[in-house]
Amino acid sequence: MHEAETRATARRAMEICNACRYCEGYCAVFPAMELRRTFTDGDLDYLANLCHDCRGCYYSCQYAPPHEFGVNLPRTFAELRQVTWVEHAWPRAGARLFARNGLVVALAAALGVALVLLLTMALQPADVLFGVHRAPGAFYVVIPMAAMVAVAGVTFGFALLAMLATVVRFWRATGSGGLPRGRPLLRALGDVLTLRNLGGGGQGCNDVDEGFSQTRRWLHHCLFYGFGLCFASTTVAAGYEHLLGLRAPYPFWSWPVVLGTLGGLGMVIGTIGLFALKLAGDAAPRAPRLLGADVALLALLGMTAATGLVLLALRATGAMGVLLAVHLGFVLALFLAMPYSRFMHGAFRAAALLRNAMEHEPTDAR
Amino acid sequence: MLNSETAYDVLVVGGGNAGLCAAITAREAGARVLLVEHAPQSMRGGNSRHTRNLRAMHATPTAVLTEAYAEQEYWDDLQRVTGGQTDEGLARTAIQASAQVAPWMEARGVRFQPSLKGTLNLSRTNAFFLGGGKALVNAYYRTAERLGVQVLYDTQVTALTLRNGAVHEAVMISQGFPAVVRARAVVASAGGFQANIGWLKQYWGEAAENFRIRGTPYAQGGVLKSLLEQGVASVGDPTQCHAVAIDARAPKFDGGIVTRLDCVPFSIVVDRDGQRFYDEGEDAWPKRYAIWGRLVAQRPGQIAYSIIDAKSERLFMPSVFPAIRAGSIGELATRLGLDAAVLEQTVRRFNAAVRPGHFDSQQLDGCATEGLHPSKSHWARAIDTPPFLAYPLCPGITFTYLGVKVNARAQVVLEDGRPVANLFASGEIMAGNILGKGYLAGFGMTIGTVFGRIAGTEAAAHARG
Ligand SMILES: Cc1cc2nc3c(=O)[nH]c(=O)nc-3n(C[C@H](O)[C@H](O)[C@H](O)COP(=O)(O)OP(=O)(O)OC[C@H]3O[C@@H](n4cnc5c(N)ncnc54)[C@H](O)[C@@H]3O)c2cc1C
Ligand code: SF4
Ligand code: SF4
Repeated sequence: MHEAETRATARRAMEICNACRYCEGYCAVFPAMELRRTFTDGDLDYLANLCHDCRGCYYSCQYAPPHEFGVNLPRTFAELRQVTWVEHAWPRAGARLFARNGLVVALAAALGVALVLLLTMALQPADVLFGVHRAPGAFYVVIPMAAMVAVAGVTFGFALLAMLATVVRFWRATGSGGLPRGRPLLRALGDVLTLRNLGGGGQGCNDVDEGFSQTRRWLHHCLFYGFGLCFASTTVAAGYEHLLGLRAPYPFWSWPVVLGTLGGLGMVIGTIGLFALKLAGDAAPRAPRLLGADVALLALLGMTAATGLVLLALRATGAMGVLLAVHLGFVLALFLAMPYSRFMHGAFRAAALLRNAMEHEPTDAR
Repeated sequence: MLNSETAYDVLVVGGGNAGLCAAITAREAGARVLLVEHAPQSMRGGNSRHTRNLRAMHATPTAVLTEAYAEQEYWDDLQRVTGGQTDEGLARTAIQASAQVAPWMEARGVRFQPSLKGTLNLSRTNAFFLGGGKALVNAYYRTAERLGVQVLYDTQVTALTLRNGAVHEAVMISQGFPAVVRARAVVASAGGFQANIGWLKQYWGEAAENFRIRGTPYAQGGVLKSLLEQGVASVGDPTQCHAVAIDARAPKFDGGIVTRLDCVPFSIVVDRDGQRFYDEGEDAWPKRYAIWGRLVAQRPGQIAYSIIDAKSERLFMPSVFPAIRAGSIGELATRLGLDAAVLEQTVRRFNAAVRPGHFDSQQLDGCATEGLHPSKSHWARAIDTPPFLAYPLCPGITFTYLGVKVNARAQVVLEDGRPVANLFASGEIMAGNILGKGYLAGFGMTIGTVFGRIAGTEAAAHARG
């Protein structure tokens, strides 16, 4: 019911836009729209995920409320994106849960995992848990390495599988699934890495009101690349551990710690900044229904990074054991939430950008 | 809120493109400026919020315009559409100054779209605003407020009182309350009167009730009327307006660009009685766009129906309202509330008159009817392939031609030829000096920008000089 209504609103808006086209210089949505005269559900799902929510087209729309046509593309598309994430999620039940109550679920998951870890640790004598451990392998004194690797491996593996299944379902639903070739792939990758479409045609987005700025783009870069650095840090650490036989904790001037610290800082700056923009921003082009899910993801990412940084700062103290449990709790909850949270916007958007790059690829000359 | 104690150098009436350009220019020249706009903030910007481009002369390709568009060609185009009803001095001022407007606009926040490949191939003559006219208006309001122009929304000027050859005071209703403002100089940029149905009825009778106004409902013409009643010289034929045929399902006001219908040349157009009444294929659509409003306005009930078949469905820009469809002409007639037998006969007669030819939607293809009145000169193809599609048409009024006469300084002139010392005008309210009739796409915004800047400069100089 709600899905059908959301799509009907999006279809009406696209039909108005397609007769108007004033916004065609803002982003990839409009040129993609112009390739069509009518809009299937799949087309709409694709276009909604292609929208980067820069809001340029809302402030420049002569049909925006209070005009009777009431065109509000960023809001309509945000609502439709949410529908697509839930509809294509695998398994679906997980997505429903998060869609309804994102923040609570995310926090509960994090604390739950932390609690389990703490319970495991409780099996350890108190002097081990609260003792000061600095030697190589110190972390594994409190949580046995095998347990850590097993739990992390299973959650992360599941998350990857679920995300892959979800994106494949989305890809199939939005059009014919010709296999991407090199050029469109490169173009899409460039679009993802630079957030070209968040530029509103070069002037930035409407972060808080009708004025343009690049703030949101830069904050998103902080978060995105921060996340990437943290991921790199973990990967390097795993390499040290298993290939070189070097055991954590690593000294401050080591690759895993430097990458992790920079990444963590980036993530903290990004999440706080994006959250502040949400508070400051004009509510009109936003979908209030999505606020919970947005905040949930920001909170999870921010807490993961912040607990990591605190752990780094205090790893040589007696608090290390509990901090490690809490940090791992957030990391694992993030993995668990990923396939069903707003985190998926990245995957869906990347798929949409890839489809977009393929659509605009000139067909082979005969 | 309005503080009647404040002394203003320049009062600008109307917050569309022309008023904003005047206000910004006057403020940049050091004047204390008040801009009053009838609409609330959410609907500010008049007809300018519906525009998409402006026509600019240029000698070499620019970032936003291809090739070249020289003064002579621009002037010839204007001569052609107005049939010579133009003040050459003012027209040349607008044309020559148009070469410099783009950088001025960009410096004040307006952004242009790189020249387009597809939709409208006007990018040689017209520069497109990124995001359209509302984005332009937003940029100007931001710039004006940053510079310190005071802006009052929901404020309607009801009279500009003249005394001893100058504006003495402006009478207004500001946010529901009566108010009077005195300023050393006034710029009138309040647009035309096309949204004043009562006024239109004076010339069009009851038919005006069935008109749709493509732009702002705030174009009531109050300032224009007040000035003309006090002996200001008028220009432009009061009975004339720029009227195009738009989708009859359009809202009464502010339907804007999306209600446009480009199907006419590929269709037959019948009136309420099921009869054709004009050559639908007379010329390429952009050139004929503007005569169909008047044609439909003269039909009974001010309504007509453009009918095509499946072959033509994809030949024109998609329009905002879906076509009315049916499997047969008779069924289509019933859907439209027309007499089925009559419409079937009209289509049959048309189909029988179509001569074979090589159909080409992109140019005048000579596919014509023979022995039919009225004939169809191009793109005539039998309407025989279901589904059959129809779009209802009604007159859509863009603007009116009546305005105030101005001199080269944009100063408003009285019937006896003397200028009103402290009154200047820009935009639609004086466009009739240059566009006595007809229309050149993108010229309205050029006139508003050029004369807005002149009026702003002159008003500031008068106030501070
Ligand atoms: C659908 C549409 C598309 C168009 N597209 C183009 C285009 O692409 N390019 C182009 O060059 N032209 C276009 N035009 C024409 C163009 O809109 C006008 O030429 C231009 O906007 C005129 O600018 P203006 O500032 O004089 O008038 P407006 O923009 O109409 O501004 C007049 C302002 O005065 C205010 N006002 C009126 N009366 C009062 C009062 N009594 N007191 C206070 N305020 C008052 C109104 O609220 C309004 O904001 C288009 C017109 C329409 C309807
Ligand atoms: S968002 Fe509004 S202005 Fe932009 S293309 Fe759509 S209808 Fe036109
Ligand atoms: S990316 Fe921006 S301009 Fe494009 S559709 Fe989304 S909100 Fe509108």
